[in-house]
Amino acid sequence: MFAFFIRRAGQAALVMVVISLVCFAVQHKIGDPIRDLAGESVSEAERQLLREKLGLSDPLPKQYIRFVTNAARGDLGISYMFGKPALDVILQKFPATAELVFCAVIWVLVLSLPMGIYAAIRPKSVLTRIIMGVSIVGVSIPVFLIAIILIWIFSVYLGWLPSFGRGDTIVLPGGWTTGLATWDGIRHMVLPSISLASLTLPLFVRLIRSEMMEVLQSEFVKFAYAKGLPLWRIYLVHAFKNTLLPVITVGGVRIGTMLAFTILTETVFQWQGMGFIFLQAVERADTSLLVAYLVVVGLIFVGVNTVVDLVYGLVNPMVRVTGRK
Amino acid sequence: MTPETLLQVKDLEVTFALRSGKYQAVKGVTFDVAKGERLGLVGESGAGKSITGFSIINLISQPGYISGGQVLFEGRDLSKLSPEEMRSIRGDRVAMIFQDPMMTLNPVLTIGQQMLETVRAHRNVSGDEARAIAMDKLAKVHISSPERRLKQYPHEFSGGMRQRIVIAISLLSDPALIIADEPSTALDVTIQAEIMELLLELCESDRMGLILISHDLGVVSQVTQRMAIMYAGYIVEVGPTAEIITNPSHPYTQGLLAALPGLQKRRGRLNQIPGVMPGLTSIPPGCPFHPRCQSVMPVCSEKIPALCDHGAVRVACHAVTQEARS
Repeated sequence: MFAFFIRRAGQAALVMVVISLVCFAVQHKIGDPIRDLAGESVSEAERQLLREKLGLSDPLPKQYIRFVTNAARGDLGISYMFGKPALDVILQKFPATAELVFCAVIWVLVLSLPMGIYAAIRPKSVLTRIIMGVSIVGVSIPVFLIAIILIWIFSVYLGWLPSFGRGDTIVLPGGWTTGLATWDGIRHMVLPSISLASLTLPLFVRLIRSEMMEVLQSEFVKFAYAKGLPLWRIYLVHAFKNTLLPVITVGGVRIGTMLAFTILTETVFQWQGMGFIFLQAVERADTSLLVAYLVVVGLIFVGVNTVVDLVYGLVNPMVRVTGRK
Repeated sequence: MTPETLLQVKDLEVTFALRSGKYQAVKGVTFDVAKGERLGLVGESGAGKSITGFSIINLISQPGYISGGQVLFEGRDLSKLSPEEMRSIRGDRVAMIFQDPMMTLNPVLTIGQQMLETVRAHRNVSGDEARAIAMDKLAKVHISSPERRLKQYPHEFSGGMRQRIVIAISLLSDPALIIADEPSTALDVTIQAEIMELLLELCESDRMGLILISHDLGVVSQVTQRMAIMYAGYIVEVGPTAEIITNPSHPYTQGLLAALPGLQKRRGRLNQIPGVMPGLTSIPPGCPFHPRCQSVMPVCSEKIPALCDHGAVRVACHAVTQEARS
């Protein structure tokens, strides 16, 4: 276990180094900070002076190291859009995005597991054909289109659900603003979370089904039949536990992808989260904010993947043993 | 059916419904196993021996199904049971041992989980009682410190050990019949002998019936009392093992025995039966063996020979019956 953590930490550090290089390039090489800071009337000599003062004439490695030391202290620069430290702006928007992704993941888990398992056990039933047909449509429609269709049906036509914003939010102790504590907030969550889930859900149904069908062909499932086990145990213990391994691997990557797709979903639903802010930052070239977003998302990626590896180890005994040794 | 008969398979037919049509993989197979008797089912790959074995507990994979005949076991026709009745017999009265122990055990469950679930699928016992039964059976297959083994996963065992565990699982409910499908084929030669000895020892001490499915005449002749030779879905010769080994009647059996590498002839090619066994979709009319047979007669390509008594054995061959008549 200890060795596992050391190895994981090493990988995480490597990922963060790469991210920091990208961030450094974004912050210092996209546009000219001096032009942003100084007005048009500032003379070339004064610009040079400012450049020296800010350390922009230093050799690149020196600038990079300064960037990383500042970042390690939590200083990722000031967002000029908000006039506040960029990291604070991003972290303030983090709960909105986290709750959106969380709810989308819940949709995916709650729906894909029973549907995938059913489709694998009854490959020829009518319901399976419907599930598989809808899933192929779901895979091929882009997220923003699904979002717009949902808004049109449920907000415009039926008028059941709100189409934008988070609704009533409550600030929990610790500064976390939650939209899941009020009925209004939950109503606002429905459409965005379904849109975000629509990308991953059909993929998971198909993945679970195909993996499970393959496992159901294996010798140990046949042996489980020969042992006279009840059907539910063959499906849910013998077959499903083996199905989980590839699903967990893909799942970890997909959570990251969903995080990225919040940019689209949040924009369509005017959801005040990190993705929404990110797109605004891109439009206005607020480089500090871009960097803060990249760093936070990078950290989340690394964190999620570590958790996924741990869960994988819990399910797969072979990984557990190599970790122990 | 005498009181000593454990299993009686009568005119068993297994059909595979493929897109191109229906094909019979097992055609009117008839044999029986007495209590505590060990029967060998021998044949090349594709002869239908494994399908025959699996169809006894109605476990043929799709698109195959039992299309005719009876499987009488302890007075009941297993081929007519409901899925739930069949489930209660599998792993309880009739147990199976599969070919490859590396694939038979579920890699993500401990040995203990895989044994206990089997006990509790058939008997209403507490966890501790089930554990005691499992440990007792592990000891029976000569696995040391069974208590510790129960907590281990399959990948922590060697192939031979895993096959012992599979055998222990098959013993959990003290079955009356064990069907072993090539139980030693996937193992090293030295381990093969150990596993076969263990099976023989267990069958003798508990008076269990055994159907040993194998292509290895050597293994079958060491373990079984009677054997049935299968070819293209038919039984072509059945009788006491010793009789068939020393005095084979059917030309196919003779060919199989002649193909065994002997110790006397050090040099020279091994004998082989010319040609290959026909596939499921291309079985010739008449006796299915006639294109490869050395004593072929005109009638062989027209009429399927029936199993007839011939001394101590029963043989399905026109040449043999004609010779006996003249």
